[in-house]
Amino acid sequence: MAAVIEIRDLVKDYALGDLPVHVLKNISLEIARGDFVAIMGPSGSGKSTLMNILGCLDKPTSGTYKLDGVSVGPLSRDELAEIRNKKIGFVFQQFNLLARTSASENVELPLLYTDMGAAERHDRAAKALLAVGLAGREAHQPSQLSGGQQQRVAIARALVNNPRIILADEPTGAVDSRTSVEILAIFQRLNRDEGITMIAVTHDPDVAAYANRNIHFKDGKIQLDEVLAHARDAQKDLESLPAEADAELVAV
Amino acid sequence: MNKLLVSVKIALRALRVNGTRSALTMLGIVIGVAAVIAMVGVGTGATARIEAQIQSIGSNLIIVLPGSISSNGVRLGSGGVATLTEDDAKAIAAECPSVAAVAPSVRGGVQVVFGSNNWATSVQGVTPDYMTIRDYTMRSGQFFTNQDVDAAAKVAVLGQTVVQKLFGDSDPTGQVAIIKNVPFTVVGVLTPKGQSPSGQDQDDIILLPISTAKQKVLGGNRANAKAVSTLMVQASGPAAMAQAQQEMEALLRERHRILEGQEDDFTIRNLTEVFAAQESSAQVMSILLGAIASVSLIVGGIGIMNIMLVSVTERTREIGLRQAVGAKTRDILSQFLVEAVTLSLLGGMIGIVTGLAASALISHFAQWSTQVSLLSILMAFVFSALVGVFFGYYPARKAAFLDPIEALRYE
Repeated sequence: MAAVIEIRDLVKDYALGDLPVHVLKNISLEIARGDFVAIMGPSGSGKSTLMNILGCLDKPTSGTYKLDGVSVGPLSRDELAEIRNKKIGFVFQQFNLLARTSASENVELPLLYTDMGAAERHDRAAKALLAVGLAGREAHQPSQLSGGQQQRVAIARALVNNPRIILADEPTGAVDSRTSVEILAIFQRLNRDEGITMIAVTHDPDVAAYANRNIHFKDGKIQLDEVLAHARDAQKDLESLPAEADAELVAV
Repeated sequence: MNKLLVSVKIALRALRVNGTRSALTMLGIVIGVAAVIAMVGVGTGATARIEAQIQSIGSNLIIVLPGSISSNGVRLGSGGVATLTEDDAKAIAAECPSVAAVAPSVRGGVQVVFGSNNWATSVQGVTPDYMTIRDYTMRSGQFFTNQDVDAAAKVAVLGQTVVQKLFGDSDPTGQVAIIKNVPFTVVGVLTPKGQSPSGQDQDDIILLPISTAKQKVLGGNRANAKAVSTLMVQASGPAAMAQAQQEMEALLRERHRILEGQEDDFTIRNLTEVFAAQESSAQVMSILLGAIASVSLIVGGIGIMNIMLVSVTERTREIGLRQAVGAKTRDILSQFLVEAVTLSLLGGMIGIVTGLAASALISHFAQWSTQVSLLSILMAFVFSALVGVFFGYYPARKAAFLDPIEALRYE
């Protein structure tokens, strides 16, 4: 499989006062199209910094990063914004939904920064919400939704513009364990059926067990890069978990 | 267009979320715009009133007064000696090309009687040209004719104030009033002109043929039966005023045989110029009022900048999220600019309505005439939009150039 992400000799330094802090030390990494990768490591290991660079929110100090064959190093602020809009979907730990704004409008947000007309935006948002099992909740505002539902709205927002990759930063950090399996089931399905490359940062080995590949970071270096021969199947696990009274069915 | 519409929608939603805050911010602009509209309205009204008064004395008017003669080293003031005559008037009319019309006049105070009413007023002996020069129109009846002047007919034209004091509300045309024991037939009533720029009641007057006035009412000048107290001259146009003055001065010096180096025995005054100075001072006042009111508009703009800065700080995470999902610098910039302009334009529109109401109230209660022009409304509208752009730009720029990582992490 062709690599959607290619990183060569990546270095990221921060100036903390007079002392330069080396956050990422000469990292080289390839992630294949259609892979499901979990990036693990203790806080301060550099995994969040790597995510910011992968998400085109930050630029490396040196080294190259090619996303989908395009080297993003020399791109301007607005060109990076365009790449984020077209190729990357973000899922955050705290959902980051707009308050007092309907689920549908939250999902439409990335499309506002394209040339798409209102009718098509609406249509795409409805489809994305359907894909995460929230059909019929288009008009609900975040305050009317549970944590799991809010995160699913956020996932719908991430996939509404058909991205190449979805970057998830501790996507299950703010929900209970059953809901986190539900969310992982959606990730696995998007990965398997839509071929979207999934990259999730987590410190939780239970979450990482659902990925095909685990990369462990320590002190700004890759400590361990393992391919899991048998990743857990979230959908199966979900069926074996006791159903909660108010649990919503995940549409698969 | 599509994007602008989306920006306006986002802006309106954001403003609604903080309704009270938005309303209070807008209030600054409302007060500023209302103040500008009302103050400029008051100023324009005052200017228009002075303009109307200047119109009322007649246009392109020059007044020639006799006097300023020195005998044995004693110099008499203007009008001190009767040096102007009806022949001077005729000569000016005939020989000065820049002069359109000349009306000689004599004046004096008299007691008028009608029935059991009487009234002290001033009488002016004039010729029919006087009516054209002073822009008089008739409310009823007619002005007397040149034949009346030649025949020294006992006819009178009354001003509105005199009519009211003697005849009440009835039409006096055809009635006979007694002036200095002489019966005069009232042939017409002048349309009221109101106050002159110097504050005189221009309607408290009786106009008689100049011949009749001299012979029967005021008593002629024994030394010079043709002497008059003023000449009212109308130049052929606003540009001919100076030329007319020069022509008259030359002609009168020649006619009065004044040698070179000697002073004139008459005085020429350009009335329009005098009152135009009053008008320009009223204009200065209206500009000043507008400038003071503009200060409150600027204060309102600072209020918008303040609240937009607060808003940008509050919504840092939202801005970070928008940047993460693909908003470019100009997307964020336009979102916050549109929000600021929406605030200021809404405030501006409410301010225009408030300003119109305020100027109506001012003219109703303070009895000042106010005039709100379409131009000043348009200016207020454009100006409030500019205030929004000017004071909204800095906060919007601050938002647009936030670092997305910092913004997303902001608590």
